[in-house]
Amino acid sequence: MYTKNGDTYFIVDGHVHAWDATPANQANRYGEGFINCFYDYHRNLSPEDKVWSKEDFFTQSEERILKDLFEDGYVDKAIFQPTYLTDFYVNGFNTTEQNGAIAERHPDKFIANGSWDPRDGEAGLSALAELAERWQLRGVKLYTAEWKGESKGWKLTDPWSYRYLDKCQELGITNIHIHKGPTIYPLNRDAFDVADVDDVASAFPELNFIVEHVGLPRLEDFCWIATQEPNVYGGLAVAMPFIHSRPRYFAQIVGELLYWIGEDRISFASDYAIWTPDWLIERFVDFSIPEDMTEYPALTTDVKKKILGLNMAKLYDIDVPEQLRLPEAESGAVGAEPEPVA
Amino acid sequence: MALDVAADPALALAVRRALDTVRDPELDESIVSLDFVASVQVDGERVTVELRLPTYFCAPNFAYLMVADAHDAVRSVPGVERAVIRLIDHFASEEINAGIAGGRGFAGSFPGLADDELADLRLTFRRKAHRAGQERCASGLVASGWTVSRLADGTLADVPPGLDLDRLKRRRLELGLPASDDAPLLVDDAGEPITDLDLPAQLRFARTTRISIEGNAALCRGLLEVRYRRDQEVPG
Repeated sequence: MYTKNGDTYFIVDGHVHAWDATPANQANRYGEGFINCFYDYHRNLSPEDKVWSKEDFFTQSEERILKDLFEDGYVDKAIFQPTYLTDFYVNGFNTTEQNGAIAERHPDKFIANGSWDPRDGEAGLSALAELAERWQLRGVKLYTAEWKGESKGWKLTDPWSYRYLDKCQELGITNIHIHKGPTIYPLNRDAFDVADVDDVASAFPELNFIVEHVGLPRLEDFCWIATQEPNVYGGLAVAMPFIHSRPRYFAQIVGELLYWIGEDRISFASDYAIWTPDWLIERFVDFSIPEDMTEYPALTTDVKKKILGLNMAKLYDIDVPEQLRLPEAESGAVGAEPEPVA
Repeated sequence: MALDVAADPALALAVRRALDTVRDPELDESIVSLDFVASVQVDGERVTVELRLPTYFCAPNFAYLMVADAHDAVRSVPGVERAVIRLIDHFASEEINAGIAGGRGFAGSFPGLADDELADLRLTFRRKAHRAGQERCASGLVASGWTVSRLADGTLADVPPGLDLDRLKRRRLELGLPASDDAPLLVDDAGEPITDLDLPAQLRFARTTRISIEGNAALCRGLLEVRYRRDQEVPG
């Protein structure tokens, strides 16, 4: 919970990790390259006083995670999103089990999501059912650029992916978080293209598709499909820290999202431990879209409440204290009433 | 600042000018202005260029296009007999460098991982760049008092001379779209004028595209900066 100027915000951090990128767990140069890449994001976009040493960044203790998220970070509920990377890290980078172990000790604080990979075929389907039962999954995080032996990624429209989405529906896993990365088969296509999200969102109207990083670096493609698919949502992980380093760009991102998809389908995430939620939340609550950007709707206190927690709480049926809720209302964005734009 | 080593400074300068015409297809900016050129080495008639990128995992297809384009650009400089372009510090450096040196094409450089060359990818991003460029020029006119509906009757001659117009014309020529002064200000991907009716929505979407491209370029600059600053520090 975060209170400022008499307003109290219920906070759901929609994307956090408990990862192990220590040199001992790095399986090869790719594992080293991956964490270096994360660390550069961290260093490039954090305020100077929030930059950690490389050692602190490699992995975080349970105590530190609890402190960063809940003591210092105002978070009421955090959602663990796994990223397995078993080709890069000996024990995986951030698995359901790693996250789940912590979540199980603090069930009031965390939700642990699972994952699947269509390349695991039939065996993976049974494994998903077991994972769902073991961790009571409500959501999964999918990383399409994950390497698996010779394969350098997959698409949501791969035939086996439909089988897994069917399975999710059957198991009551309704929240499908999608993270696009730079490699995907075939390598000659744009790996960041979110057109495959469009297809599966149409095919599975009862599932919610939360596109992480609001589709960055393809914000325009994300806005385009989200305008047309009411079950597509945008997670602000990676977009949030621009609030510090490039506030006008941050205003544009949020303004574009408000314009295209409206205030009900955007949700906050820190991407912890790339960034900590404390400063992101403080600055977001203080933030307004610059006055000269007259083309954008206002970022009101109510809109901020929705983005910081209420929208994600709805997707995960998180119980929000009565006094922190908002009355239901129409959002009025382009995407609220889908219509062809081109 | 990137390092140049040359016995022939004039040739090194010509090489740099040639590299300046190579763009990151995704960011629509010169690889020189993005600081992707790590070094230029001129040794007689042999030129070696090292390219670097903001992250170890930058998309290999765009990386390949830049290395291939840099190779063609350097090779076309008079006096250059042999051009070697080396992408450094990238997960696919080896495949890309060997593929370019061996003239194997993209699919040949990544056997089994690509089903075609990169022409479609390049076209997609040239179109995005073109839309963003049109929006830049159109926004300028609106800021100077034009109504949005009047833009449908505008031509390139209505845009004040400057970098935005030059850039838009170059994108048009690359795409085979009308680029003369009397060409319509706003055309679709096929070169047809965008009508009054479609205009507000098309422009709005083009703005989102422009914001996305500009934002990515700034992010990449920042990442490159911390990446290579880090390497100069004591590891810790």
